[in-house]
Formats: sequence, structure tokens, C-alpha cells
Amino acid sequence: MKVPLIQFCGVSRSYGRGEAEVRALDGVDLSIARGEFVAIMGPSGSGKSTAMNIIGCLDRPTAGTYLFQGVEVQDLDQDRRALLRRHCLGFVFQGFNLLARQSALENVELPLIYKGLPKAQRVARARLALQKVGLQGREGHDPSQLSGGQQQRVAIARALASDPMVILADEPTGNLDSQRSHEIMQLLQGLNRDGITIVMVTHEQDIAAYAQRLLVFTDGKLSHDAATPTPVVRSA
Amino acid sequence: MLWETITLAFTTIIRNKLRTFLTVLGVVIGVAAVIAMVTIGQGSSAQVSASVAALGTNVLTVRPGTRGFGPPTGGAAAPRFSLKDAQALADLPVVGFAAPVVSSGQTVVFGNANTATQVYGTSGDYTRVQNWALRTGRSFEPHEESAGSAVCVLGQTVATKLFGNSDPIGQSIRVKNVACQVLGVLSTRGSGSFGQDQDDLVLMPAKAVQRRLEGNANVDSIAVALRKSVSAETGIAAVQSVLRERRRIGLTQPDNFSVSDSKELSNMLGGINTVLTGLLSSVAAVSLLVGGIGIMNIMLVSVTERTREIGIRLAVGASAGQVLLQFLVEAVVLSLLGGAIGIGLGLAIAYGGSVLMAIPFAPSGAVVALAFGFSALIGVVFGYFPARRAARLDPIEALRYQ
Repeated sequence: MKVPLIQFCGVSRSYGRGEAEVRALDGVDLSIARGEFVAIMGPSGSGKSTAMNIIGCLDRPTAGTYLFQGVEVQDLDQDRRALLRRHCLGFVFQGFNLLARQSALENVELPLIYKGLPKAQRVARARLALQKVGLQGREGHDPSQLSGGQQQRVAIARALASDPMVILADEPTGNLDSQRSHEIMQLLQGLNRDGITIVMVTHEQDIAAYAQRLLVFTDGKLSHDAATPTPVVRSA
Repeated sequence: MLWETITLAFTTIIRNKLRTFLTVLGVVIGVAAVIAMVTIGQGSSAQVSASVAALGTNVLTVRPGTRGFGPPTGGAAAPRFSLKDAQALADLPVVGFAAPVVSSGQTVVFGNANTATQVYGTSGDYTRVQNWALRTGRSFEPHEESAGSAVCVLGQTVATKLFGNSDPIGQSIRVKNVACQVLGVLSTRGSGSFGQDQDDLVLMPAKAVQRRLEGNANVDSIAVALRKSVSAETGIAAVQSVLRERRRIGLTQPDNFSVSDSKELSNMLGGINTVLTGLLSSVAAVSLLVGGIGIMNIMLVSVTERTREIGIRLAVGASAGQVLLQFLVEAVVLSLLGGAIGIGLGLAIAYGGSVLMAIPFAPSGAVVALAFGFSALIGVVFGYFPARRAARLDPIEALRYQ
């Protein structure tokens, strides 16, 4: 059997101690294979963001094991988790999280700086990534000169630039109107088709429909795990 | 990676020009103050050395009493020298020239002009001991010295005050109530080690001052120039042994006169200079410390302001060490910038000060390098705490920060 890309075995995350202890995640088991497009839903406080943070190595489980490509990640120190983020993961956030006052190109270059690539190579790869998200010709624009949809494309290009195995998208369409949302989702779907695993948190059913598989969290537990009921037909 | 970090630091610094300026101002003032103090201090040391060198090498001053400077302890009781003592010293083989000095404060008058000055009764050798040339005219002849003639040589300041631009040679001035013929005028010497005007004097034959002005046969001091090949130690020993014999001092008794070397003066002045420079520099160094705290303050503000940026960097794969480095480099670049501006400003102030005080401008590469290194150190020391705070941010919290 193939080793799953992401595997949770009884993962719990609790905050506080004793009586004040809050379990954001409570013994979650799940596995995501390479190449999947997974949507995570659930009411706020259900633990979906915590699950995303743990998958993204920004947070660590307080109990259980998290295996990335079969490697236990929860015991890695801060610097090794940074390495994992640098080489295997890409993030897309609801609030775009671009560096203001830096051009689109510079924003996309950012992860490549930490990868230690020389300037010429960084620029070439950043241009390519911006081209993939349809932003050629906007390389020199600051985020403030771009629309929300364009900013999110820059953020996706930034995630793409470092050639990640997984893109983690935390409500990527949360700040966008419906038209832009669907454009972004089509873009993500295209990337998934190119072989990138995508894990996405969303509130909206029609956005989740772009994924192949839907996970629903309730009260820190995984309450539903099945193929998306009415998947958006891929435009081939 | 380091290069990117440095470029990034410069970009950030250039973007916030006003803030950068205010941040580095403390370091600028601190470094400028230290550089200016030290440079001016070194200039004045050089000035002291130069004016001591102008005295001629190895000039000894012999005075009655036990100390060279300040009120002579037991000096009142110590017997004065006589002209014969001066002659005995002049006859020593190690001595080039020896001149007695009888000093007398007098008002000198010519026509309507008058000035208060110091009259030195001495011999024609005085100018040789002092290595001091005449600008015009001549010095005393031996027969004028032995006769105690009423003749004089003027310092430039006195000549100018009494005669203006006209030629004083052959004119007669009045010293106390003695009419005195002017033989010559000394060349200009400028201000001395203590800032006194060395040209404000009148030279007369020693006997003339003793008999006509003071009414006694005392000699206040003897100026001795050693021969070139003779060391100060040898010269002092020879002078001491002759004077002890002439003054009949027993073997067990201490000297009742003192012999000071021109180098002693230079050492003492150099010492005062070093203490003053050190004192002022350490006061200035305090402002450097304050400047460093200013940088720390702004770096802490900057870390808070850029929490989100730090979160983004951590999310895309920056390690804590890289974030630490980024903020540390920024602090060091800031303080080095302050240091560089401060060095420029300090040297400019020192140059201005040197011109004003008429001392040599003596910038020192070592001091500049030290100031620069010290600014870097300030950056590291005061930048480390904010940088560590940035590096320890929790990426989730940082990303959520508004």
C-alpha cells in the first residue's frame, strides 16, 4: 500500500490545563493521499483551522502522531518544521497575507530567498509562477495596486513558486466576491490536476464542491468523510 | 542569504527615512561627540609637544626651593641664586649655555603708550638657551651685561603696543624710572603651553634689573641648555652636584633647589590632557549608550509593527534564525549608519574646533575605526533583544495579528 502523504493517528490539540482545558481537536484519525483535493468544513470552533495549522506544521498536536510522507512530524524542532514548510508546503490565506510595499514579483520570490536560490533563478521561477496564475505583466505592481482576486493569485503564485507537494488554503475565497471565488477555485483545481495535493478550509458549500473529498469537523472530531456530493464538473 | 538580508535591511531603512534619522540621531551625537573630543584632545597634545620642542631639546630650569611648580615649599627659606651660580653652570662641560633670570613685573612707557609686562634680567645667552632668534637689531654685548647698562630687547607684543608699526631700534623707553635704550626685537613665538603670550616680555641685562629695578642681587632662576649629545639625566646630575657644592649642602641633606626638565613639563601637560580627554570622552560615551537604547526602542516598535510580516516569512519557510538575523542586521546597519554619520560630523567639529583654538587637526584612524566598531557592537547588543523577540513569535499568532 502506498504511504499516505498526510496521516493523523489520534491527533489531539488542547489549550489550557486542568478544568480550563479546551480540546480543539480530539483524537482525529485521517489520511490524505498524494494528489487529492480535500475540502474541510465545519462550524467555527470545530477544530478545522487547528487541523490546518497542524498539517501546515505551524502548530503541534498535544497527543497522537502526525505523519508527513510517513515521517513523524510532531516531534521535529522549530527549524526542521521551517524546513518542511520551505520545501514541501505552500500556504494561501483568506487575508492574502502579501507583504505590502513589495511588488508582486518580490512577494513570489520570498520563499525562494529562504530556499537560498540565486537572484536570477528566483526571478525566473517567480515569473513562471505568476504566469501560471495569469498575472504576467503585473510583476511590478504592489499589492495595493491589485484587486482582491489578483492579490489572491499572487499569494497562490507565492505558494507555487517553491514547488510544493501540498498547498494549504485557509478560506482562500473568504474575502472575494462570487465571480472571483470561482476563478480562484478553477485555478486551484487546475493546479490539483497538475499533481499538487490541495487541502482547503471553507465555509461555502459551492466552493467545497470543487474538491473531490469533503471532511467535516464537529466539536474537534471528524464527523463526516466522503466524496463531495455534487462535485463541480471539471472543465477539461 | 546574508546579502539578501542586508539588502532588505537597507530597503526598510530607506523606506522610513524620518524614523531612521531620528533613530540614529542618538548614535550620531554620541559618536560625533567622542570623535570630536578625542581628535581635539590629540591635537592639543600635539600642540603641547610642539611648543615644548620649540623650547629646544633638554632645557633645564633651575629654581630655589624644592618643587618646580606651584608655591615653593620652604622656598622662602631657600637661598636665592647669584649671577656667579649661573656662571658656574655655564662653565660646566655638559652645558651649552646657561642664563640667569631675574624677573620683575614693570610698566614700560614710550611717549603716551604704556603696558604692564614682565622684565627679565638675563644675559645674551637667554635667547640661545631658548633657541629664540631676534627679528631685528641685536642682543646685549658682554660689556653691557657686566656694566648693567640700561639697554633692552623687546618681545614682539611689547614692541607693537609701544611703537605700533614704527621702528623701535635706538629709541628710549622708560622702565619704572629708568630710561632704557632698545637694542632689538625678538621674533614672534605665539602662545605657550598654558596659553600665555610668550611675546609679552622685555629682556634687560641681569645686573641692570638687579640694581636699577629690584635693588638686590638675587637671581630667580637659571635657564640651562645642555649640549646636544648630553642626556637630561647626566645634565641634571652635573647641575645638581655643582649647585650642592656651591650652596654647601651636606651629604645627608636634601636639595634646597629644584631642576626641572622641559620634558617634565611636557609630560605633566600631556597627563592633564589625557585625563581631560578621557573625562570628556566618557561623558560622550554615555550618549552613545543612550543612542543604543534609542535603537532598541525603535527596533522593538518595528518588530511589533511587522508582526504580520514576520508571520508570513515564518509561514513561507523562514527559520527562527533567519528572522533573528534579519532584525539583527537591520539594527547593525542602523547603528553603523549612525556611526558613519557621527564620524563625519565629529571630524568636522574637531576640524572647526582646531581652527578656532589654533591647534593642529589630528584625526586618528584608530579612533575612527574604534568608533565604527563600537557602533556595530551597539547594534548587535541593542538589536539582539528585539530580534530575538521577533524570532520567537508564534507563526499562527503572528499571522492573525492585525
